[in-house]
Amino acid sequence: MFNYKQYQSQSFKHSAYSSLAGLLIIMTLSACDQKPSTDHIDYNPTAPIEKGGTMIDALSGEPSGLIAMIAGESSASAIASNIFNSLLKYDKNLELTGELAQSWDISSDQRTITFHLKPNLKWADGEPLTSNDVMFTWQTVTDDNTRTPYGADYKLVIKAETPDKNTFRVTYAQPYAPALDSWSGLHILPKHLLQNQDINTSSFARNPVGSHYYKLDQWKSGESISLSRNENATQGQANIDRLVSRIIPDRAAQFLELMADNIDSMSLNSIQYARIFPARPDLNEKFSLYKELGNSYTYLGFNLKHKPFDDIRVRKAINYAIDKQEIIDGVLLGLGLPVASPYKPGTRWSNPKLKPYAYNPQKAIELLKAAGFEDHDGDGILDKDGKPLAFEILTNQNKEREMSAVLIQRRLKEIGIDVKIRVVEWATFISRFIKTGDFNVVLLGWGLGVEPDQYNIWHSSQQAPGQFNFIGYQNKKVDHLLEKGRLELNPDKRMKIYHDFAEILLEDSPIVYLYAGYGLPAMHKRIKGIDNPAPPAGIGHNAYEWFIPKPYRRNEMSAN
Amino acid sequence: MLSYLLKRLFWMVPLLVGISLISFLIMHLAPGDITSTEAGFNPKTSEESRQKLREMYNLDKPVVVQYGLWLKRISKLDFGHSFASHQKPVFWEEKDKDGNITKGMIQEALPITLLINVLSLILIIAIALPLGVISALTQNKLPDRAITIFVFIGFAIPGFWLALMLMYWTGVSHHWLPISGLHSLGSDKLPWISQVIDTLHHLTLPILISGLTGLAGISLFVRNGMLDVLHQDYITTARAKGLPENTVVYKHALRNALLPLITIFGLSIPGLIGGSVIAESIFAIPGMGKLFYDAVLMRDFPVIMGILTIGSALTLLGNLLADLAYAWADPRVRKGVSS
Repeated sequence: MFNYKQYQSQSFKHSAYSSLAGLLIIMTLSACDQKPSTDHIDYNPTAPIEKGGTMIDALSGEPSGLIAMIAGESSASAIASNIFNSLLKYDKNLELTGELAQSWDISSDQRTITFHLKPNLKWADGEPLTSNDVMFTWQTVTDDNTRTPYGADYKLVIKAETPDKNTFRVTYAQPYAPALDSWSGLHILPKHLLQNQDINTSSFARNPVGSHYYKLDQWKSGESISLSRNENATQGQANIDRLVSRIIPDRAAQFLELMADNIDSMSLNSIQYARIFPARPDLNEKFSLYKELGNSYTYLGFNLKHKPFDDIRVRKAINYAIDKQEIIDGVLLGLGLPVASPYKPGTRWSNPKLKPYAYNPQKAIELLKAAGFEDHDGDGILDKDGKPLAFEILTNQNKEREMSAVLIQRRLKEIGIDVKIRVVEWATFISRFIKTGDFNVVLLGWGLGVEPDQYNIWHSSQQAPGQFNFIGYQNKKVDHLLEKGRLELNPDKRMKIYHDFAEILLEDSPIVYLYAGYGLPAMHKRIKGIDNPAPPAGIGHNAYEWFIPKPYRRNEMSAN
Repeated sequence: MLSYLLKRLFWMVPLLVGISLISFLIMHLAPGDITSTEAGFNPKTSEESRQKLREMYNLDKPVVVQYGLWLKRISKLDFGHSFASHQKPVFWEEKDKDGNITKGMIQEALPITLLINVLSLILIIAIALPLGVISALTQNKLPDRAITIFVFIGFAIPGFWLALMLMYWTGVSHHWLPISGLHSLGSDKLPWISQVIDTLHHLTLPILISGLTGLAGISLFVRNGMLDVLHQDYITTARAKGLPENTVVYKHALRNALLPLITIFGLSIPGLIGGSVIAESIFAIPGMGKLFYDAVLMRDFPVIMGILTIGSALTLLGNLLADLAYAWADPRVRKGVSS
């Protein structure tokens, strides 16, 4: 029954096929005669580092352009981050470090940040990259005519200066701790190519010139994007010569391409990772699997302005009544972690003392009883003042979320809460329900920030339509901590602030943390130099050090 | 005849305006706009900047005003620029002041979709015609039954499932055919004849599958048309005067049985520019179906309206062409029009 429903609501979402396809493939495997692959190469031995070779991966969507501040979608930043540099970046342990900037100083009043650029930086076309380019980028992102939704962070800068060509200085009206993170997310654009162009329509977006390891080689619309090594790269030279990203929207088709050895990497879903790979020794000969912490967590959020969710006992009861491990095992096939704070487990910001609410239906029933909910009329559903405890869980078309909602529905039914599930399309979800506040409970995800500031999500001032505290969370202590965290640039003092914040948040239970899923990249074994196990930043952090030994390279023209 | 044609063409204009108005209104009834789909849920974005975008795209104006603005542009055949795809022109390429050409979205997607649809239509006709004729000639006997079952299986089988199975079998188990995409990597370095062969290799599965799933309609039409005609008096006459069976069937019966097909082909003209989202997603083909589907999900209004307008214009033209072709093929109809 539940499988049928799944298929119905998802029949138009291609992501749904992947698991279906996975099952079908397993089923047909026994029927198909499995010939040993003709090219039997042992990819296991390592070889000395050599430059050259091509790595092919798959993108689910085509970027609309490669100017990340305007394009906005994840495929655009995936490609653009190989082409452009920012002032700062995150290292493998997710600590900030310099990229274009060699170092940065923070003034004693914490309002001014001075970036010192590395000497002799160059654009891929050989022109020097100076603080004027940084200035130009800042002016562009804050310009009212630039069609970017990301300007807010940079508009807080009240003064930007370039004392010399290697120094860029910004001053804020008051200390703004997330500033450093914001400068790690802004790709610096070349002034000499863009200054007389309209950034919104410039053909530069499809023909960019950057300063990072790679430059754009060829963009076949709707088919593939090829990058080649940038000889003028100032961050060092990457080992692999060419990166090709093929645009393959369907995940099942991506997986078939991977099996046929036409692409070198893709990010697997849990069925592919936990069911198909273990059953296929021939695939394990060719591919290595990795597990990296995902960048988001899934939660069940209550509309705190609606009864009965304004009552902390009800929220806690629901939290106790949901078995998170069951969801992780059932939906993610065990490939996820329970979380107790909105930060990546194992990083500085995540408070190691906090533990998720354990599954305890007895306690849930007691809490609900204390809140006045009992089954007075004997219909199996708890009620209070004649009204049954019933609500709707709203989520968008996302298979993992829908499946989690079903498991939650069952667990809550067991303690006498009547839950219905409603799945809506994304744009409708945002405009019709979130913006208007017309929902009781949502099942959604938020990012596990590398920057701890979550003012926009939790501060009580951020509840207007279109803002992100749509659940209506209000807590004076949390407000205070969030304000304090924004003013504090010292990482150790900040850490304490956000540990306290996460503790109150967990205690208040405005949302139920469900899980944080792993990212599951599969990489062809011809690619060497990948860190295993993956560091907190994921395997991609040292992609420029990866290499493909000559004997393992694909014959350039027989790619298909 | 000419005045009839002009009259029909003239009436297409108000019809098109009506269609576009209704599409425009329905599209705006769906909640959300580009500012809620593009980075709408990223806490780094702010409501003020989203409001600013709304003003830039005129999305803050009443729907009727927006429609007026759109109509004004379209009357100059300006389909506008996409909201979601970095201001790419919706329909045809544009040159900026430095001479860089940006291709139009429909311009890029349409030829691919047309190629696939035309090839699969040819495949369908090539197979469905003989199947339909054989069915009719062996009515209710084994070949007829077998053909009917076969075409219905093709009709009923989920296309995406068949596609994945064939992709696995021909692409992974045996390296006979490429799995997805339109070109092999690096194929642009090959001589053109190899490039054509390469593309045909890539198109084999998509065409085969859309052909198989489309077989049922045409072959059953041919079958029923043939059966109707074969029972008419003039066929009996033809047989009675001793004509060979082949002449009876192919010269006298089939030609008349094919008349209703003209209407079907006329109606399939708009279908030629509409691709299948599912097939295009699975085979990674950047065609019209995917373009339209993504535009709807992103609430990319100029692209949606562009495709709908071109689609409805082609539908109307297709109807007109079908009527004209009918008149050309069937003297009875021609007389009716001119009188």
